Amino acid sequence: MSTIETPDLSKAPAANGDASTAKPLLELRDLQVFYGAIQALKGIDVTVREGEIVTLLGANGAGKTTTLRTISGLLTPRAGEIRYGGERIDGVPAHHVVSLGIGQSPEGRRVFPMMTVTDNLLMGAYRFKKVPQSDLDRVFELFPRLKERRSQLAGTLSGGEQQMLAIGRAMMGRPRLLLLDEPSMGLAPLIVAQIFSIIKEINAGGTTVLLVEQNAAQALKLSDRAYVLETGSVLVSGTGEQLLADPRVREAYLGEGAGG
Amino acid sequence: MNLNEFWDYLIPGISLGALYAVIAIGYTLVYGVLQLINFAHSEVFMVGAFAALLVFTKIEPSNPSGLMSVGLVALGFAVSGLAGAGTAFALEKVAYKPLRVRNAPRLAFLISAIGASFFLTHIAGKLFGRDPKPIPDLFVNKKVFEIFGARVSVLQLIMVGAAIVMMIGLDLLVNRTKMGMGIRAVAQDAETAGLMGVDINKVISRTFVIGGLLGGCAGFLFGLNSQVTYTMGFFPGITAFAAAVLGGIGNIRGAMIGGMVLGIVESFSAWQFGDEWRYVSAFAVLILVLMFRPTGILGERLGRTA
Repeated sequence: MSTIETPDLSKAPAANGDASTAKPLLELRDLQVFYGAIQALKGIDVTVREGEIVTLLGANGAGKTTTLRTISGLLTPRAGEIRYGGERIDGVPAHHVVSLGIGQSPEGRRVFPMMTVTDNLLMGAYRFKKVPQSDLDRVFELFPRLKERRSQLAGTLSGGEQQMLAIGRAMMGRPRLLLLDEPSMGLAPLIVAQIFSIIKEINAGGTTVLLVEQNAAQALKLSDRAYVLETGSVLVSGTGEQLLADPRVREAYLGEGAGG
Repeated sequence: MNLNEFWDYLIPGISLGALYAVIAIGYTLVYGVLQLINFAHSEVFMVGAFAALLVFTKIEPSNPSGLMSVGLVALGFAVSGLAGAGTAFALEKVAYKPLRVRNAPRLAFLISAIGASFFLTHIAGKLFGRDPKPIPDLFVNKKVFEIFGARVSVLQLIMVGAAIVMMIGLDLLVNRTKMGMGIRAVAQDAETAGLMGVDINKVISRTFVIGGLLGGCAGFLFGLNSQVTYTMGFFPGITAFAAAVLGGIGNIRGAMIGGMVLGIVESFSAWQFGDEWRYVSAFAVLILVLMFRPTGILGERLGRTA
């Protein structure tokens, strides 16, 4: 496991100001995205600094997935900008965004069902000419389960295994920024805990993480900072601790015993 | 039932089926990545045949044999394959890509496909004349050997041999190379393939080129077997499309199997019921199989590209 192990230490970077002084890796400025005439994002501002875990929280339809899909180039914003390492990347097509070092585990995992686990992982490294065995080994180390199942078709894996594969596949692209869209969706609590601890491990290894979650309690414990989205706008933002204590967040996302 | 006659009809059935299989791959590949039936693929086939016809009427080979024949046949494959690939490439850029960029509804693609098919058919008729013409002899089409009294000709050997080489080559390309992995990824989940860095447009373009290459070569072989004319794409095209559906549309190995099945069924029904029953029986088999296996022989819900 990682060196960052205990709950209080995991929030250390934000608390002692390490991450808050770090350079912003990703900046969304007044980002507006439309589906036809419907505005899905009404001008949101989000900053992710190098080394952080930042979570986007919100109900269905709040715009979380839209935000991730816009960052990864699947959607084009109508207004606003996305800066990654200081450079504008809005409007860059998806297959170029990945080579900038932005990896994604999409909503619903989206593994290639008729490919083996190993081939799925190799797809994650598609942007490289050669894939060193050490990259595969690193992912198999994170997810020993995938190693056991490496020649199995991905479509035959359980939901949890598919989620591990989706994250492992994204890691094969050696991302600087990892986008995770609802990795806990539909999974048993034990598996969710496992996945979240692996996310922490990945982050400790130097990868910045932008996480989209509905599982507010667990996600906030893990995150340095978080943003709560509501119908396309940022409702409130702050450190994981601040939001865990925020009455609006408690009422809307923790009151119903959401996962926690 | 006469056993000699059985072989007499099986051999042409196999060589015809091999051609259907090669053409069917073009339909199934494009369907795999775009979920689009490229109805103009039959004209890619026709263009391949015309390319060979034009080159060989210009060269006018006189009684070629031996090494000369081998060279001419190789030239025929090169010319028709290139013409087919080029036509398919242009077809995608002109008839489909503009629709894709504008998110056109499915029906628009279908209409565009049919329009492109008619356009190519009749422009070929206009440019090259409407009378069927034979490709000049490239080799002496003699009997090579006999199976139970049935003759196997040089042409039949070339047809089957070339089809086998093309099918094995394609299977290796799709299942063993990085390019093939990109094609399979796009077929299974195009958007996610894009997230992995696959340039979807490039993959689509390549599948058209690969399908066109195979279709053009098949046109050349078909032209050698009969004659070249501007409407020659229609029946082989529609049969190969049926073969692709029979095997499970989107599934490459399925297309190969479907092609062989339809070729053999056609030939046997011509033998048993008379030549006019050819297409009737082939399509009856198609409908029967689909009644019991709507996804085709190898088709599965998830499995697009085997």
